[in-house]
Amino acid sequence: MEKTKSPEESRKLLDKITFDLTRSIVKRDELTRFWYFILIMFAGVGLWGWGIQIRDGLGVTGMRDYVSWGMYIANFVFFVAISLIGFLISSALHLLKIKWSHPISRVAEQVAIAGVALAGIIIINDMGRPDRFLNVFLHGRFASPIIWDVTVVTTYLTISVLLYYLPLIPDLALIRDRGGDDIPTWKMKVYKIMALGWKGNAEQYKLVYHAMRILMILIIPVGLSIHTVTSWLFAATLRSGWDTTIFGPYFVAGAFVAGAAAVVILMYAYRVRYRLGEYFEDLHFDYMGKLLVFVCLVYLYFNINEFWVPAYKMKTAEGIHLRNLFVGSFAPMFWWTQMTGLILPIFLMLFRFFRKPLPLTIISVFVLIASWLKRYIIVIPTMEHPFLPVQNVPDYFKHYSPTSIEIMITLFSFMAALLIITVLAKMFPVITIWEYAEEKGIDKKILAEPKK
Amino acid sequence: MENKSRRNFVKKLGVSVGAAGLVGGSSLLSSCTQVETASGDTIKLLTSSGELVEVNKAQLKPADMPNLTEQQKRGRKGLPGRKFVMVIDLSKCRNARECMKGCQKHHQLRPEQHHINVLQMQDAEDTAPYYMPKPCQHCDNPPCTKVCPVNATFKREDGIVLIDNERCIGCRFCIAACPYSARVFNWFEPRDAEKYEGVTYNIEANVPQKKGTISKCLFSADRLRDGKLPTCVSSCPNGVYWFGDQNEDAVTNGTTHETVSFSKLVRDNAAYTLMPELGTKPRVYYLPPKDRAFPFQGEIEDHHS
Repeated sequence: MEKTKSPEESRKLLDKITFDLTRSIVKRDELTRFWYFILIMFAGVGLWGWGIQIRDGLGVTGMRDYVSWGMYIANFVFFVAISLIGFLISSALHLLKIKWSHPISRVAEQVAIAGVALAGIIIINDMGRPDRFLNVFLHGRFASPIIWDVTVVTTYLTISVLLYYLPLIPDLALIRDRGGDDIPTWKMKVYKIMALGWKGNAEQYKLVYHAMRILMILIIPVGLSIHTVTSWLFAATLRSGWDTTIFGPYFVAGAFVAGAAAVVILMYAYRVRYRLGEYFEDLHFDYMGKLLVFVCLVYLYFNINEFWVPAYKMKTAEGIHLRNLFVGSFAPMFWWTQMTGLILPIFLMLFRFFRKPLPLTIISVFVLIASWLKRYIIVIPTMEHPFLPVQNVPDYFKHYSPTSIEIMITLFSFMAALLIITVLAKMFPVITIWEYAEEKGIDKKILAEPKK
Repeated sequence: MENKSRRNFVKKLGVSVGAAGLVGGSSLLSSCTQVETASGDTIKLLTSSGELVEVNKAQLKPADMPNLTEQQKRGRKGLPGRKFVMVIDLSKCRNARECMKGCQKHHQLRPEQHHINVLQMQDAEDTAPYYMPKPCQHCDNPPCTKVCPVNATFKREDGIVLIDNERCIGCRFCIAACPYSARVFNWFEPRDAEKYEGVTYNIEANVPQKKGTISKCLFSADRLRDGKLPTCVSSCPNGVYWFGDQNEDAVTNGTTHETVSFSKLVRDNAAYTLMPELGTKPRVYYLPPKDRAFPFQGEIEDHHS
């Protein structure tokens, strides 16, 4: 934290910060409209596909009796994975009193909310009878990992929304009191309601700090649980490739890789689009790059465990699975994910140059794509090779390939996630203004001052 | 066997004055349902084996049938005091596939859906290939019922693992959990969906099948309630199947109708269960494919390409 500034200086600085950080709210141009149009159009196409699926049954997908979980489940795991970054950045790093990550917290929470919300929607989409969703609550059996998953995913969503909303309240009050005239009046009305009559006195701040601290601690077990339990959906079965004890930490480590990459991409988008170069500084990208290297190394360690140990023994069923990954039909995808998702990024990001905003963002795009493909090869190859031979069924039962409807619906999930993030970014500042101002040495009293 | 019982049934139909006679046989009580047709005078009736028969409408009166809730209740409970067990003699199986056909008919399955599937097996490169009928193993430690989030699949007192497709949400976790690939899913509208529309669901035969839900072998629990052998067992022309009650220590051969001691049969013939190392404790026992009096036809299918 910088030392306290004089009131005059503070007011001037605060005006500038508020102006910069509300640019995303104010900014409305052709590009924004075009972006919304693209998102809504593709999301709409996906919803149309979903309608067909509900009418005709899950048979419109490439899934059949042997590969009965396909791209939807892989996509579900991916979205649960990226949502975990919210817990790492806005809770774990905060509690460790790491300062540089503060401006990134809200971006991480955006990813968390969008990811976990879409994970919930995708799982309903994967059900054969979505109309019976309520059975999960009416007849829920606590012995089933699905019930654990439903419990922790909804809890994580709730805590993430609160962790997003609580630090937002002072910001909303600030915009309500000091916002520029160029903010649309309907938005100002929303801020007024959502600010809950915030006055900005010391007692209120104390309450917010207190509540946030509780939430940050609460989200640690919940955050670890969501991805551990998601991994148990696989690890609780007897199938080779899934029947392993390291799936929990393996998934958690992989989740941090995917989530960190998503946050870097989003930071870069905001930096360029909303001209926030002074806020998402090179330093933040540098640290995020280092964080990404670190979580990649942890994930690499788990990957070596996951593949090397069974590959040394080559038990019958495991051997079929591993040969399929290493040299068989999934080999190109497997080696692509290992190379572009782990090994090359780790190597490149050791150099300072590749931790600069643009190179790091490009690396992150590759890492994120590899993360998605990685989930695909966690789910599908195992299902293609059950213990007993696959016989007396048509050929398309034996190998899975997603249909266009499946791809449309998956595209919908991406568009819907981006839509949630976009709406959050267009509605609310992408960086916590009051926290940032405080770190720049602006007194809280100045924050509560109405606009002259 | 199947044909004979059908003839009996039609004969019975002819002599009965009222529908009471028709449904009087307890065998039909549970699964006989009315399906309206366009013609005013006759009506089509669906028998438990999936046959459609035509009867004069005037001869009908409402059957005394348990409603859905009662059926579900007794379907969950099972047959008290029984412990069903199946023994499959692999030395007898010559891939006639009558079991598969009978089963698909009984449970209204599409051609690619198998409650029982006759697999071509070869344990090692130098060993002889053989045919292995594979129904649901009705495990005593079933991995499938454990993972079901809504208790739609469950283990009954009498050892049968059953499905309630009125409750199933179609998450397919049970398919992932089953190491024997015993479960199938209704990816589309089931076979003959229009024909069976409005027919009360029979949980013990899992018919009519429903779109978006799971199905699998049920040991023909509806037939067991009527004191009959499962469809596959009585369809087999080669004497492959033995079925019975472990509590009584007696199993009956579906073809020869010979009844023997279960414990002696499995002991004398070195019976085994599939993948015992998984700890699922199957209720289906296999007798080894030794001394087969017929050759293995055709190529063994390579499933791990």
